[in-house]
Amino acid sequence: MSKFTRRNFLKLTGGSLAATSLGIGVPFIASAAKYKVVVVGGGVGGLIAAKYIKKADDSIDVTVVEPNAHHHTCFMSNEVIGGDRDISTIKFGYENLANHGIKLVQDKATSVDAEGHKVKTAGGTTLEYDRLVMSPGIALKWGAIEGYDEGASDIMPHAWIAGAQTALLRKQLEDMDDGGLVLLAPPGNPFRCPPGPYERAAQIAHYLKHHKPKSKILILDAKDKFSKQGLFMAGYKEVYGEMIEWVAGADTGGGVKKVDPKAMTVSTDFDDHKVAVANIIPPQKAAHITHEAGLTDDSGWCPIDLGTFESKQHKDIHVIGDASIATGLPKSGYAASTEAKVCAHAVVSMLHGKDPGVASYANACYSLIAPDYGISVVAVYKLADDRSTIEKLGGGLTPADASAEMRKREVEYAYSWFNNMAAEMFA
Amino acid sequence: MLNRLIRITLLSSVIGLIYLNTAWAGDTASPSMLSDTCLGCHGPNGISEGPATPTISGMSEIYIIGAMLAYKYNNDEDKIDEIIEADEDFEDVEYFARTSTVMSRIAEGYSEAEIKIIAKHFAELPFEAQEQEVNSSQAKTGAKIHEEYCEKCHEDGGSSAEDDAGVLAGQWIPYLEYTMADYSSGDREMPKKMKKKMEEAHAEHGDQAVADLIQFYANQK
Repeated sequence: MSKFTRRNFLKLTGGSLAATSLGIGVPFIASAAKYKVVVVGGGVGGLIAAKYIKKADDSIDVTVVEPNAHHHTCFMSNEVIGGDRDISTIKFGYENLANHGIKLVQDKATSVDAEGHKVKTAGGTTLEYDRLVMSPGIALKWGAIEGYDEGASDIMPHAWIAGAQTALLRKQLEDMDDGGLVLLAPPGNPFRCPPGPYERAAQIAHYLKHHKPKSKILILDAKDKFSKQGLFMAGYKEVYGEMIEWVAGADTGGGVKKVDPKAMTVSTDFDDHKVAVANIIPPQKAAHITHEAGLTDDSGWCPIDLGTFESKQHKDIHVIGDASIATGLPKSGYAASTEAKVCAHAVVSMLHGKDPGVASYANACYSLIAPDYGISVVAVYKLADDRSTIEKLGGGLTPADASAEMRKREVEYAYSWFNNMAAEMFA
Repeated sequence: MLNRLIRITLLSSVIGLIYLNTAWAGDTASPSMLSDTCLGCHGPNGISEGPATPTISGMSEIYIIGAMLAYKYNNDEDKIDEIIEADEDFEDVEYFARTSTVMSRIAEGYSEAEIKIIAKHFAELPFEAQEQEVNSSQAKTGAKIHEEYCEKCHEDGGSSAEDDAGVLAGQWIPYLEYTMADYSSGDREMPKKMKKKMEEAHAEHGDQAVADLIQFYANQK
């Protein structure tokens, strides 16, 4: 590090690039202090935050705590369920973190001592931090739907945390007889990946149409409207005819209330349905560790300052991704990635006692209705002046009258999104 | 590989420095803050992993500005002319109509001041071509067509940003195909010179000319 003088740096990089950046301010790179940042969670938010913190200031000691040896991305997992993609293509390892100088502790974070600035793991390790970034994702609310506990999810998968559950739902679709009923139960808001259940219905229909065409898909929603609704409903009809039926929460007294995995029945207040395959996506809350750490409020999610993602409950702890209440942003993978970047910027600035400056956020979210039929919603955001919400500055949906060519391109851009997001996380 | 690693390391350091510009003050977010939000789609450091989204690092600053203004104002020529005329930073910007899937919706969310910052940021980062499969005999024919009709504006085999034309060399094939399809359908407007040259190339080499050119550009490292 001592060799990294300004003169050497200019020599190494040559040219205007370095001059431009050095011309404005003295970099922190020579800072003597060795700050410690611990990141809990090796998903979109955690990995990108870790990498961008390290990128911004190489002298910071960054440690990611993640219990699993591999990560299955939720994005593109619906294509695995539909059968067009192998599950191995959404499985990634953490081996490249070391190339960025980021440490990995493969263990489960179990408690946080906010006063003492320490994280404890199941394996008995204690990690000290100057700032903690929590990106632990969601917990499923077992029991919110009567009869739906963890054991029930072995028979009626949620597949809302990708991996074994994804493979299970795929296998059940493969094993079912033609003519069966596939039931999807999306939860009320807020929940991870708002358009996800509806893309999943299309991907399942894509499989059934070609292999079990007498089958039906029934979506018993807890809600009365959903993300990209107009585009999904038009796409369902155009590609899959009458195969997919969506029923609003208002028509069933609020969607699925009870399941019986033994009898394979799913019930609303009004009806019981005998199903061949049931995909029950239960209501959610922030992951357990955030409750343990006292970072949640009555909603079950974590209130934060929207400009820095610092917790409103405990200082020096930031919460990003699905666990946070990022008012104005959806609980999407792309939103988590830009939350991570805003948070990384804030963490590094605040460690150095600097103002984090103006934040910028974006969302880009694709859904695949068929192999040649993609739709999207995108937006660019800024922090409201009173910091009460993240305001949309522009964006919108795929136009309803988009040409077949444009829909096809959106599929190719969705695959590019996947490759580039995966590279942002794991490369 | 080692070279690539060194480059990445240097690049990371440079980005780090830009990132931490504490003197960046005022109404807009810093260059990295604004530009990093693009990378989930356009790839780490603006180098796309493909298969379709283009690499935007190493492109010409005024080319990016021209593209973003066309997206932002949905090809409203009068409005864009007015904006270009009102700002001396836009003096060299040329406007050509273009179509997109998401970019027009996204560009709407950025001010002219932010577009300038983003364009400068990516223009200062190095372009890096990614490996992709190409048809080498088509690429060979494409090389000749390029030399005769295209090199004058798309200098150094389409790899230069200095010419303020788009960087074609090393871009992903689907992106090049979409672009050429849009030119041919009229959804994207060709500069007059380009139109003339494309017509000449077509008259001489037929429909195959565009496909060969695409393979040539994709083959550039």
